[in-house]
Amino acid sequence: MDAVFIINQAFNGLSLASILLLAALGLALSFGLMRVINMAHGEMLMLGGVVAYLVQQNVPKSVSLWLALPIAFIATALLGIILEATIIRWLYGRPLDTLLATWGISLILQQAVILWQPFGVSFVTPGWLNGQISIQAGTLAGVTLPYVRIFVIILSVLVMLGLAFLLRYTRMGLYVRAVNQSRDMASALGVNTRFVDMAVFALGTGLAGLAGAALATISPITGVIGSSYIINAFLVVILGGVGSIWGALLAAVSLGFFTSFFESFYSVSYAKVIILLLVIALLQWRPKGFIVTRSRALEESA
Amino acid sequence: MSHKRLLGFSLAALLFLALFLAPSYLSAFKLSLLGRFLALGILGIGVSLIWGYTGILSLGQGLFFALGGYAVAMHMVLMQVGDKLPGFMARSFKPRITELPWWWQPFESPVFATLMVFLLPALAAAIIALLVFWRRISGVYFALITQALVLAFTTLIVSQQSYTNGFNGLTNFSSIYGFDINSEGGRRGLYLVTVAVLLFVWLLAQWLTRTHFGKVLVAIRDGENRTRFLGYNTTPYKVAIFTLAGVLAGISGAFFTMHAGIISPKDVGIAPSIEMVVWVAIGGRESITGAVLGMVLGNLVADSVSSQFPESWPLLLGFLFVMVGMILPKGLVGLLERFWLHKPEQTKSSSLGSLKSEVSDA
Repeated sequence: MDAVFIINQAFNGLSLASILLLAALGLALSFGLMRVINMAHGEMLMLGGVVAYLVQQNVPKSVSLWLALPIAFIATALLGIILEATIIRWLYGRPLDTLLATWGISLILQQAVILWQPFGVSFVTPGWLNGQISIQAGTLAGVTLPYVRIFVIILSVLVMLGLAFLLRYTRMGLYVRAVNQSRDMASALGVNTRFVDMAVFALGTGLAGLAGAALATISPITGVIGSSYIINAFLVVILGGVGSIWGALLAAVSLGFFTSFFESFYSVSYAKVIILLLVIALLQWRPKGFIVTRSRALEESA
Repeated sequence: MSHKRLLGFSLAALLFLALFLAPSYLSAFKLSLLGRFLALGILGIGVSLIWGYTGILSLGQGLFFALGGYAVAMHMVLMQVGDKLPGFMARSFKPRITELPWWWQPFESPVFATLMVFLLPALAAAIIALLVFWRRISGVYFALITQALVLAFTTLIVSQQSYTNGFNGLTNFSSIYGFDINSEGGRRGLYLVTVAVLLFVWLLAQWLTRTHFGKVLVAIRDGENRTRFLGYNTTPYKVAIFTLAGVLAGISGAFFTMHAGIISPKDVGIAPSIEMVVWVAIGGRESITGAVLGMVLGNLVADSVSSQFPESWPLLLGFLFVMVGMILPKGLVGLLERFWLHKPEQTKSSSLGSLKSEVSDA
């Protein structure tokens, strides 16, 4: 095991972790706040990619990526608002029913996209993202770092910082943290919890859409691409601790690294099994995830 | 209430009578289809016990279903090929298999295979439940972990092509215990055995939910912490009922495999595992009979609609999921109770639920 191998795998792990993180942040936030598990979250990712594709079809190529990212975010955030208002809000306090209903939504969205584009759509990556840093000589010869993956990593770091800033320093972030700690108390002090719920849910689906647009630069977007990321995104939320973005970061990075290294030692399927066993083992040690939001509540409603 | 219970039991008795007489009025094809879905009904009873009665949602019943199904299928494949290697092993490469793997060998014995139908799912379910429940991980977490387990398991089966025939699954078998299940009489016999087992499991579940054990399960569903405060250690109860549901899923998988003549990852993966749960929800998860009815009728409808409209079926299915979650949490049985027996929607469990939210600020 030489340094080149380790660097390449670590980079792959980081790249996987950044997509996982973007996908899981929204889940972690809305689950932490509302105890709602949105099984259609993976499809928000998929739709983000589809929106990116549609944007590219209609604008000059040079600006397509810069327009695709914000438009994907806004479009999926709007869809999140609609979902929250029509379906999710009627299911608060019934997490298991929510799970089934949102799975139904994911089935509908998947099939709709499959009927529209059976083989999926691809986003043409702009030229300046097509190269890679590759070291040809010296002790690190053989290290290759594609620009697109570096781009996605930077994007997820920026999103993470932005989210941390939003939660820590803005009034909206204060409301979110207040509702997270004690919904009734926050409500009694005049926080509009309904609005906070909806905003956080929309923020979550928007981030997933952003993740999808970023993913579109790396791989083609098919109707079922959401389902290949969603389960790992859930594992990130479980492992990180509900409602904690730093927990999600820690979990996404460790899951990304473990997956990347296990997959290079064993087959992909063994790696999946090992990762899952590891997650279950870690939960024996920290049943509520890495970072626990302290609360005096006796029962979590989830 | 007792006259209503009497009514319920006589309806159920009539239903089972109709099922037992089905070979006389159904074609061989329809009989086999019905048998397959009745086998799923056994799994449905398990889902009702853990979800409807205990409040544990498992999205991983496909795993236990697969263990039972593959155990029987492995035995039947070996019976079919005699001394030779199963076809897919003989054709295998990467790794190339020249003799029967050690873990396949004991399945030549019908007794061993039958034992495994019970033991494998029981062990798997018990270990999973113990690991997860003793750390008090429950609710959504448990559902997601079981779903990830199913994903890992099916990926494993698909990837181990040489040992499991991967995505194609195990098929091409016809006899069990020396009976040819493809013959007219064999099919009929298999069907009748399936109905008998379903009846037995149904009676068992009816009895179980009326015992002290069953009452504790409902107590766990309605307020696990309160049940703890009353002095019950809830973990063993949850592990026990989850193990039982796992065994039922295994038996169901075994019968399903014999009726369908095949078991493959697409019968046991994430989507089928969720569908199994949804049919139970549509029937009514808080009722054993509702679970069986939902499973059997739902699958019958799904079978005919999905073959006629393969493209729009997933859309319809998704819509059904949403509707069940939103307006029919107690399923068709709940609907019947409300309109026919004039039972108010507000049940014991939901009034406790509102009390619970007063105590905790979660």
